[in-house]
Amino acid sequence: MRIRKKYVLSAVLLAAVVAAFAVPAASVQAGSGLPTKIGKGEGRLNVIQWPAYTDKSFAKKFEQQTGCIIHRKTAGSSNEMFSLMHGSGGGGGGGANGYDLVSASGDASLRLIYARDVKPINIHLIPSWKNFLPAFKSPPHNTINGVHYGVSVQWGPNTLIYNTKKVKQAPKNWSLIYSKKYAGHVTVPNNPIQIADAALYLMQTRPSLGIKDPYELTLKQLTAAGALLARQKPLLKRYWVYEADEIQSFQNGDVWIGAGWPYQTLQLQKAKAPIKEVVPLPTTGWADTWMLARRAAHPNCAYMWMKYVTTPQVEAKQALVFGETPVNPKACPYMNKIKKGSCAGYHLNEPASYYQKIKFWKTPVPTCGWKKGNGCMDYNAWQQAWARITG
Amino acid sequence: MSSRSTRISLAVWSVLVIAFLWIPLVVIALYAFNSSNIQSWPIPGWSLHWFRMAWHDPDVRNAFLLSLKVGLATTGIALVLGTMAATAVARFRFFGRETVSFLLVLPLALPGILTGMALNSFLFSFAGITASMWTIVIGHATFCVVVVYNNVVARLRRSSPSLIEASQDLGADGWQTFRFVVWPVLSTALVAGGLLAFALSFDEVIVTTFTAGAQETVPIFILDNLRTGKNLPIVNVVAFFVIVLTVIPVVLAQRVMRDTGVTRRGAAEVTEGVEAAEIPAV
Amino acid sequence: MAADAGAFEAGPPGRRARLRLSGLLWRRPWLKALGLLTPPLAVFVIVYIGALSVLFVSSFWTVNAFTAAIEHTWTLANYRLIFSSGQPYLHIAALTLEIAAAVTLTDAVLAFPLAYFMARLAGGRTRAILFVMVLLPLWSSYLVRVYAWQAMLSHDGAINWWLNKLGLPDQNLAYTNWAMWIVFSYVWLPFMVLPVYAGLERIPDSYLEASADLGARGFKTLRSVILPLALPGLVAGSIFTFSLTLGDYITPLLVGGPSSQFIGNVVYDFVGINANVPFAAAFATIPLLIMGAYLLIARRLGAFEAL
Repeated sequence: MRIRKKYVLSAVLLAAVVAAFAVPAASVQAGSGLPTKIGKGEGRLNVIQWPAYTDKSFAKKFEQQTGCIIHRKTAGSSNEMFSLMHGSGGGGGGGANGYDLVSASGDASLRLIYARDVKPINIHLIPSWKNFLPAFKSPPHNTINGVHYGVSVQWGPNTLIYNTKKVKQAPKNWSLIYSKKYAGHVTVPNNPIQIADAALYLMQTRPSLGIKDPYELTLKQLTAAGALLARQKPLLKRYWVYEADEIQSFQNGDVWIGAGWPYQTLQLQKAKAPIKEVVPLPTTGWADTWMLARRAAHPNCAYMWMKYVTTPQVEAKQALVFGETPVNPKACPYMNKIKKGSCAGYHLNEPASYYQKIKFWKTPVPTCGWKKGNGCMDYNAWQQAWARITG
Repeated sequence: MSSRSTRISLAVWSVLVIAFLWIPLVVIALYAFNSSNIQSWPIPGWSLHWFRMAWHDPDVRNAFLLSLKVGLATTGIALVLGTMAATAVARFRFFGRETVSFLLVLPLALPGILTGMALNSFLFSFAGITASMWTIVIGHATFCVVVVYNNVVARLRRSSPSLIEASQDLGADGWQTFRFVVWPVLSTALVAGGLLAFALSFDEVIVTTFTAGAQETVPIFILDNLRTGKNLPIVNVVAFFVIVLTVIPVVLAQRVMRDTGVTRRGAAEVTEGVEAAEIPAV
Repeated sequence: MAADAGAFEAGPPGRRARLRLSGLLWRRPWLKALGLLTPPLAVFVIVYIGALSVLFVSSFWTVNAFTAAIEHTWTLANYRLIFSSGQPYLHIAALTLEIAAAVTLTDAVLAFPLAYFMARLAGGRTRAILFVMVLLPLWSSYLVRVYAWQAMLSHDGAINWWLNKLGLPDQNLAYTNWAMWIVFSYVWLPFMVLPVYAGLERIPDSYLEASADLGARGFKTLRSVILPLALPGLVAGSIFTFSLTLGDYITPLLVGGPSSQFIGNVVYDFVGINANVPFAAAFATIPLLIMGAYLLIARRLGAFEAL
C-alpha cells in the first residue's frame, strides 16, 4: 500500500513536469504571433495541389535539400481543394485532414480564409516576395487588411485547346465550343465556375444582358448563362474532371476541341499529338496562392516550400512545366534559358496589359461590385444551376 | 430435366459466364507486365520494369503498409467485438435478440456511401477528431464485425451449449473452459471470419475515402491515380498484387471452412458468411 | 455439495476468485450476456447509429455558400430542392433505379443457369472449382475490376481490337450509360450467383422426381417447381445488386459520361467537392428509403432465409 502510494505520487509529479513544459509550448502556437524564423523541417509535407505544382523536376531538389518529403493530392477544381482542406466542416477543418499546404486559386482562397481553414503567414520569411509583380504582392484574394494568408505563386489563363488535324484553322474566339460545328467532340470542365466562361461569352455576344463582371451575375444573367450551357451539353463528348481526363480524350481522338489549361496542351505536345492551343481574350483565368493550413502539422516544411518555389529559378521551371506565368519577374532570364522566348510568350514582361484581359477566378458573392446592393447570385445558386445543367 | 442437350448448353453457358467474370482480371494482370506506359491493346511488349518501379515507389510502399496495419487492427477489433456479440446472441435468449443481428448487418445492408458520409461528419465535424489511421479502422470495423459475427453465430448454432455446462460440472473455471472447450470449437470460424474481415478491409474503398485524410491505403492509391490518370503502369502492378493478395485469405478461409468435414453444407456456410459480409462495403 | 465446496476452496487465490466469478455468471446468465453484449453494442450504437442519426439530423440544416459553415437552423430547404420540378435530382434517382433494375435482371439471367449447373448438375469436384472461380472475383478488388473495364472499353482497348479483328466497327460505349450497365452487371454478378446457388442447392431431389412422375416436362418443372423455390435466392441476390448500384459512385466516376449522374456520385460530389453535407444527407435518404422498402418486400418473399 505504501509502495503504491509512492508510485502514484511520482507519476503525478512526472505528469506535472510534462504539463509544465507542454503548456508554454502550446501557447506559443496558439498565440497570435507569427513565427519569426523558419524552424527545423519535420520531414514531411502534405499538399493539395494543381497538377505539377510540386512536379518532381523541381521538387526533388527541395526534398533533398530540406528532407521534407512531399506527399501530393492533385485536385481537379477549386471546389475540391476547398473541400479537401475544409473537410466536412465544424471542427474538422483547417488541415485536420492532414494537409499542410494548398495551392488555392482566387475562387477558393477567400472561402478558405473566411472558413478559418488557413492561417496568416509571415510574408517576410519569403525573401522573393519583395520582388514580386506589384499586382500579386498583396492581392485582395489572399491579403486582407495587410494580413497575408499565403504567398502568390503563378497565374495564367484558361485556354482553348484544339486538334490541328480536325480543326483546320486556329480559332479566333470561344464560339466553337458553343457551336454545332464539332458536335460530339467538345469538352469543358465539370465545374460550376464554367458559368463565368459562358457569361463572359455572352458579355460580348449579347451586350443587352448588361453583364459587367462574369462572376457577379443577377438572376436573369445567370439564367441566360445557364441556358447557353444547357444548349452546349449535347455538343459535348464528356465533361472533364481531372486534367488527365482531358488529355486522354484528346489523345484517343474522342475530343477535337475544348476548354482546358496549358498543362494539358504541353503534355499532349510532349506525346507528339497534333494539338495546339489559343487564348482568345478576354478569357477566364486563375491566380494561385500557396496557403498554410490552420492546423498544419508540418509548418516549417511548408514555409521552406513557399520560400523555395518563389525563387526565380524554380518559378521559371514551374511556369514551363505547367504553361503559366510566374509572379516573380526575376524568373524571366531563367525562362528564356530553358526555352527561348518563353518569357515573352507567357507575357511575363508585359504583364499589366495581359492580365487585365484575364478575368481571374473568384467566388461569386451576393454583393455586386458593379451596382449597388446584393442583387447578385451567391455560390450556392451557381452550384445548383450547374447541377441542373449537368444532371 | 437432365437431358443431354440441356446439360451441354448449361455447361457451355457456365463456362461463358465464368470466362466473363475472369477475362477483365486477366487483362489487368497482363497489363502489369506491359513494357509500354500506354494502355493499348494488344500489349506491345513484356517487361518486369514496372514491378521494379513500384517496389521503389515510396507512395506504393506506404500504401501497402497502411493497408496492412489497418487490416490487422480492423480484424483484431472485429474478432473481439464480433465474437462477443455472437456468443451473447447464440447462447442467450433475451429481449431484442433479432434487433442485434439487424443492427450489426446495417453497415453492410446500407450503401457504403451512407456509412462513409455518416462517419465523416460524425468523427470530423461533430467530434472534431483529426483524420488518422484509426478513423479508417473505425470505418472498416463497422462492417467487418458482422463478418466475424455471422461465422461465429453459425458455428455456435451447430455446436452444443451443454459442452460448457459439462466442462463446468467437471470443475473447470471460465478460463479453462474457454481454453479447452470453447476455443477448439470456435477456432476455425474465427480464422475464417478473420481472414474474410482482413480481405474486406484491404479492398475497401468507398467508406475509406470518407474516413481517411491525407492517408492513402492501397485502394485509395489506386483510385486517386485512376481518377487523375497518373502512374497507370504502376497502378497495374499494384492492381495485380491486390488481386493476388486477396486471393490468398479467401482461398484459405474457404479451405478452413471446408475442413470442418461437411462439404455440401460447408459451401453454403461460406456463402452465408460471405454474403452477409458482402454487401457492400466492397 | 461437499464436493462443490471443496472445489471452490481448492487452489491458489487467483483460481478461487475465477471460480467464484464463473459461479456468479452461471447463476445469473443475463450478467454474462450483458457483459458480452455491452462493448460491441455500445461501440456500435454510439459510433455507427450515432453517426447515422447525426447525419439525418444535419439534412435539416444548410451550409453557408461561401464558408461552408453549417447553419443550424431547421429547414426543409434541402428536401424541397430535391423534390422540386426544375431540379435534376429526381431524374437522377430515377436513372439510378432504372439502371439498378436493368442490372438486377441481367444478373439474374446470367447467374441462374450457372447456379443451376453448379448446384444440380456438376460433380463434387467441378462444383468446388466453379464455386471458387465465382468467389474469387467477388473478393478481388472491386476497384480493379471497374478499372479493367475502363481499359477494355477505351478507344484503343482490348474490345475494339477484337471487334476489328472480327471485321466489326469500333464500339463507342465508353462513358455512356450502356457502359454503366455492363460494368455494374459485371461487378455484382457473383453476388447474384451465390445466393441463387445456395437456394437451388436446397431443393430436394425428390421434388424434381415427383414433378417428373406427375408428367411435367422439363420446362414446366422449371416454371412451376424450380423457379418458385429459387425465388428467395433470386430476391436475396437482387438485394445486393440493387443496394450496391444505388449507393455506388466509383463506377460512374470511372466509366460514366456526361449523362451518368447517379445517386452515388451526386452524393459524393456534394460531400467531397461542394462541402455540402446536409444536402448530400438529404439526397441520401432516397436510397435509404428505397432500400428499406425493398428489404421489407424481400423479407416477405423469404429472401432472408435464403441468406
